[in-house]
Amino acid sequence: MLISLKWLSDYVDCTLSPERIADGLTMAGLEVESLSLRYPQLKNVLTARIEAVEPHPNAERLKICVVSGPGGLLRIVCGAPNVGAGAVVPLALAGAELPNGSVREIKVRGELSKGMLCSEKELGLGEDHSGVWILPADTPVGVPLDEALGISDVLMEVGITPNRGDCLSVVGIAREVAALCKTSVKYASIAVDETGPSVDTLTSVTVDDPQGCPRYTARVIQGVKTGPSPEWLKDRLEALGVRSINNIVDVTNYVMLELGQPLHAFDFNRLLQRRIVVRKALPGERFTTLDGVERDLPEGAVLICDGAGPVAIGGIMGGLNSEIEPDTRDVLIESAYFEPLSIRRTSRRLGLKTESSYRFERGTDPDGVLSALDRAAELMLEVGGGAIAAGRIDVYPNPIKAQEIVLRADRANRFLGTRLSTHEMKEALERIEMSVDALDADRLRVIAPSFRGDITREVDLHEELARISGYDGIPVTSPVSGVEAAGFDPHQRARLELKNLLAGAGFFEVINYSFISYESIRRLRYSEGDPRLAPIRLKNPLSDEQAVMRTTLLPGLLQNARYNFDRRSENFRIFELSKVFLRAREGLQAEEPHHLAGVIAGKRIPQALYGDADVDYTDVKGVVEALCGFLRIDDVGFRTQSFPPWLDPCASASIFAKGERIGELGRVHSEVLEAYDLKRPIFAFRLDFDRLFALKGPVPVYKVLPKFPPVPRDIALIADEKMPVEEPFDFICSLNEPLLESVEIFDIFRSDQLGTGKKSIGYRLTYRADDRSLTDEEVNALHVELVRKVTARFGVSLR
Amino acid sequence: MKEAVEKLVETACRALSGLEEDPKALDQARIRFLGRKGELAQLFKELGKVPEEERREVGRLLNVAKLRLEEAFSEAAQRSRDVEAARRESIDVTVPGRRPPAGRLHPITQTATEVCRIFNWLGFETVEGPEVELDYYNFEALNIPKDHPARDMQDTFYISEEVVLRTHTSPIQVRTMEKRKPPVRVIAPGRTYRRDSDVTHTPMFHQVEGLMVGKGISFGDLKGILTTFVHQMFGPEVGLRFRPSFFPFTEPSAEVDIECVMCRGGGCRVCKGTGWLEILGSGMVDPEVYKYVGYDPEEVSGFAFGMGIERIAMLKFGIDDLRLFFENDLRFLEQF
Repeated sequence: MLISLKWLSDYVDCTLSPERIADGLTMAGLEVESLSLRYPQLKNVLTARIEAVEPHPNAERLKICVVSGPGGLLRIVCGAPNVGAGAVVPLALAGAELPNGSVREIKVRGELSKGMLCSEKELGLGEDHSGVWILPADTPVGVPLDEALGISDVLMEVGITPNRGDCLSVVGIAREVAALCKTSVKYASIAVDETGPSVDTLTSVTVDDPQGCPRYTARVIQGVKTGPSPEWLKDRLEALGVRSINNIVDVTNYVMLELGQPLHAFDFNRLLQRRIVVRKALPGERFTTLDGVERDLPEGAVLICDGAGPVAIGGIMGGLNSEIEPDTRDVLIESAYFEPLSIRRTSRRLGLKTESSYRFERGTDPDGVLSALDRAAELMLEVGGGAIAAGRIDVYPNPIKAQEIVLRADRANRFLGTRLSTHEMKEALERIEMSVDALDADRLRVIAPSFRGDITREVDLHEELARISGYDGIPVTSPVSGVEAAGFDPHQRARLELKNLLAGAGFFEVINYSFISYESIRRLRYSEGDPRLAPIRLKNPLSDEQAVMRTTLLPGLLQNARYNFDRRSENFRIFELSKVFLRAREGLQAEEPHHLAGVIAGKRIPQALYGDADVDYTDVKGVVEALCGFLRIDDVGFRTQSFPPWLDPCASASIFAKGERIGELGRVHSEVLEAYDLKRPIFAFRLDFDRLFALKGPVPVYKVLPKFPPVPRDIALIADEKMPVEEPFDFICSLNEPLLESVEIFDIFRSDQLGTGKKSIGYRLTYRADDRSLTDEEVNALHVELVRKVTARFGVSLR
Repeated sequence: MKEAVEKLVETACRALSGLEEDPKALDQARIRFLGRKGELAQLFKELGKVPEEERREVGRLLNVAKLRLEEAFSEAAQRSRDVEAARRESIDVTVPGRRPPAGRLHPITQTATEVCRIFNWLGFETVEGPEVELDYYNFEALNIPKDHPARDMQDTFYISEEVVLRTHTSPIQVRTMEKRKPPVRVIAPGRTYRRDSDVTHTPMFHQVEGLMVGKGISFGDLKGILTTFVHQMFGPEVGLRFRPSFFPFTEPSAEVDIECVMCRGGGCRVCKGTGWLEILGSGMVDPEVYKYVGYDPEEVSGFAFGMGIERIAMLKFGIDDLRLFFENDLRFLEQF
């Protein structure tokens, strides 16, 4: 809400500077977002008297005016025809920002000019450009022009929270400023000069919807002259950014800005049967509002009708059929209280927000309707003439009663952490126009003024006490509570630990939006019916790119890869550990499991100096093995069945742990790369983090360190290329030889000598006993037997 | 005699300097000073000629001198061996090191974790909640009924009439209180969503919510806890202020501003000249909210607060464009 400090000063005497007022309001919960001058272009523009006029030595049509300026006489070059000694004129000094540009000290034809004498038009204050603006001779000299003209004003943009509808007016802000300055608001006395016939003989008001419209008041003014508004009225509206329309409409807007009560003026003679009926809209009813739009009225909307049909949507917008026209002579002024929720609902359904609906839906003052009505009548008479009908119509079948609230002082102090006395509390609340009586030593009975519809409970008074006495003054304390250790739960901790582990392995964490395009999932080649192709859809997405909740982390990561490839980052490891969103089997919400996925690309070693090998399958597999190892999940297997279609079947595997499928890894399928416009190979892994976490191993139990030396023995098998190297490995382990401590694959190689389709696999077996040093004979016997079993089992030869 | 001993030590030490480079010269010097017929031995021989009353003292000096020279020659010999070894084989120390791989956590993760840790120290337990949330938890139970003007404050993504993407982490307040009896003290980080996308808004962002409810918890306690947080997060010298505001689920409500970390309160572009930066919203839990979770507002009181992680990360790292957080440009991620 924009507030003019000049207008504000009509209602409150406050000696504080604009900056102090802004600061005080901000600290009282009315955040002042900006302060600006009404006429910023008049900064550095002063009044000055021309003391002498001399000819310009180098130009016939220019003159040099010697003017009295700050710090003595100034020489100003001027081309205007009307300058003469003794005239008081506006002088723009260097630094002034006029509508057509900034003023500087400048040499004009060899003569230095210290500023510029201005016309009305050059100052943006009028249209006259015939010469320099000659001000009245008695204008004080050497003062800022806006002050000399009495037009200086500061505009304050105040952010009003939804609970403070009462502050959406000059008077509303004046009340807060008055509380700030410990003074009271100077409410204007309103005098309505009723010279017309009794209003009851002219019209009638029937309210058939007292719920939607609890109070409806009206006055009639006859014989007004509709026309342009006087300058003062135009100026005040324009200062706050409201366009002047005509004197009648301007008055309704003026009163709304001043008192916060939206009004409506009807052309009385265009109301059929010259009467008002307030009722609910009927199903299927349509109506053309004064912006010329024909609208479907939502059922239950409050309609203002004449004897035949609707003339306004109550509290929101008037109709084309009854608006004030240039020839309007008689006016019916409406000042009503509409139920906030009803206005809100109708405004939302219509998609129509107005200054009026904005105020009504935040709650207006049910008792303020009369003074606003009178104020409007008074002003209309002033600016349009005519005769005000005697009396007013006031339909208010069920008056809204002010609520009494009991404030317990001790409780308030405990709640706020303050030590205010009941007297201080009374004084603070009275400053914001509450009526307060002491019930006993601890309790106060408080009645809030009718404009404070937000004050209904004891806690609302706590807030007002804190606000008025100042948040700053409340002592900073430490809560009294038991010592309790708290931190992350095991799931959260595991997530952080794995993230750190991955960072230590060269991965950068990325964070992608939870919503993606449907197309980006389709590009992963899932077949119809796959649950990932049935994502949760947003009803109102911002774009197709953010239309569905992600069912997989892969699209985000692949897009990150593309983004970074495009920026010449070609060697990277990135991961995301976060939620995906799946349709829930029950309930309205989603299943939100955590997934962990990563992609790697480019060189294995980022430093070209130390190798230029590209990453491959073993790099992603190593990462997954390290992650599982960290979580002490030992039984992890990699199988070539049932991996998803976004992976290349030649170099991919499913990951199993304790027999459960927990993810997949490998080379991203070339068709997927193509669909994502990725020009280089990418390797990826994906893990169901929640399953992984559930399989996390227990706290390890310490094993005594071996005291006797290990005895290594190697086997080199020549096997078919197709045989997985892990099969003999698993077989050896499965023999459960008690003296065999560990098995490691230490070499895989292929050569011409071995022949095509063959490979040699080297296994290193380490034997050890925990109670003695093993002898060569003992180990040899064991090893030979083991080798025999392996060769027999797999039908392979030894190298 | 005393002077002769001192002079010998001095001469020997001077003679030694620079001899690391030349093992032969070093050996000759050793023979010259410490050899069986060397200069020191010569002095020992002359000890007999010293008057008896001084002999003890001079003898002691000679022994000290001997120890000092032996030590000096031994050190020089060691240096000489190193020089020799380096001459035989040496590397170019300016060759780049083989760096172990090193990635980074996203600045949002780093910041959210730091915020949570500070509150963990203050006894707040970290909890989480669903992101696809019921209208009931996101709005209704937080005292934001349908058709309430406060809904204008947040533009919401809808999944269905009853289901939204949570617009704040505040629903976790209600879910926590539904599940637990007071006292509760929790901190809740997470992703949040609002239908807004421009230079200063992304449709997804992160918040951390806090809630403390128990017997006798006051607005002064709210100030105490949040002051401690600000001082831990931004430094003990950073000033802060509590400014009245409005949230439907707290009363009284307060915005917390900190002294601008860029200009230290002087006024700059970041704080729009005010010297203050808004960093979190807070307030005493509104009794209406207690009604939804079956707490008795006559028995318990407490406060809640929420803050945007992006905002805090931007201040902490001096990031000036919100959108960078979700572009995941490695040149950005590498910086934190």
